[in-house]
Amino acid sequence: MGDDRIRSELADLAGYAFDEVPWTSPRPLSESRVAIVTTAGLRVGGQPDWNPGDQSFTVLPGDRKDLVLSHYSPNFDRTGWVVDPNVVLPIDRLDEMAAEGVIGSVADVHISFMGAQIDHTLETIRLDTGPAAARALLDDGVDVVLLTPV
Amino acid sequence: MGTLASVLEASGIATVALSLIRQQVETTRPPRALHCEFPLGRPLGRPEDPAFQRSVLDAALALLDEPEGPVLVDFPEEITDDSDAPLVCTIPPADNGDLHPAEAEARGLLPAWKRSADAYGRSTVGKVVAAEEVPGLVGLFARIADGEGWQEVGLPGDPTKAAADVRNFYEEAALSLTEVVPGARQAETWFVDHTAAGDVIQRTRVAMKEQGAGFYFWYYLLPATQHHDPEGG
Repeated sequence: MGDDRIRSELADLAGYAFDEVPWTSPRPLSESRVAIVTTAGLRVGGQPDWNPGDQSFTVLPGDRKDLVLSHYSPNFDRTGWVVDPNVVLPIDRLDEMAAEGVIGSVADVHISFMGAQIDHTLETIRLDTGPAAARALLDDGVDVVLLTPV
Repeated sequence: MGTLASVLEASGIATVALSLIRQQVETTRPPRALHCEFPLGRPLGRPEDPAFQRSVLDAALALLDEPEGPVLVDFPEEITDDSDAPLVCTIPPADNGDLHPAEAEARGLLPAWKRSADAYGRSTVGKVVAAEEVPGLVGLFARIADGEGWQEVGLPGDPTKAAADVRNFYEEAALSLTEVVPGARQAETWFVDHTAAGDVIQRTRVAMKEQGAGFYFWYYLLPATQHHDPEGG
């Protein structure tokens, strides 16, 4: 099966880990504001397509409309996204959890990067765009981030 | 993604990462990760299955109760892709005229693509051309596949992105030609192995490689798992 082959080809891929894994003790979930950060390579309609090596990020608007999956890699399924974006960006599920009181609230700001980066040290993300994305989330009062890959 | 999780965590945000490739989270060591052995492209597992998606979220957010990390937990259920079971779609008969059969095929699929776009309200076509221009784009790829130089033919943009427009157009059209939501990679294998345009892109990939095109321009014309070389390589 396709995914098995991709997984086995990527098994030994280099990656960057911090010497000490950072740790933030969360507030109670029922009081937490939750955002999604995906590496699916989402854009808002009309924005340029993602190119390989681009370590920037896109802020996804609060109305969540007009999102385009424009990741450059052909190596993953897109039909799931077309049928139901929640399979990548589960915002409707978060809305339900907020309505139930399981989480405190859903952020107005969500963010997309693009995964499958060529530079495995992710220098730009570590030193520039990652902290900038964190600032955008903190400015919205975000306590908890769920990260989703593709 | 594990590295990004750590950057956000270090900024004071508690993070939980879903994982699709276990070795990558083992390497990058995010603070909290739920590994989901689900199809690539479907980190919540199942489209149009809110209960299942919720169960994944519940398991992920439960990791926030862990007192210390890093934490890596496996979601108990696995889902495999269905690339071995291509969709069965009846392609609308096309009036070939003077067109290459693949271009005529794509033209015949345009109404199905439109039905899908209307039904779901989104599309991944449009990196280089709009859906209405995909049939003509297929015609250009057919010329490369049939022996013309890729630079002489002059695609309207990055060949990789142009090929993605063709494949995504077909996969989205297929959503209207089948009764069920396809499993992951079912539409992909249908496109590659059972359509004239899939054959054209496959032969274009081989032709561009032989013509000395840059790696990025031919390698990503199809998913790496769908490369069928003439000698079986």
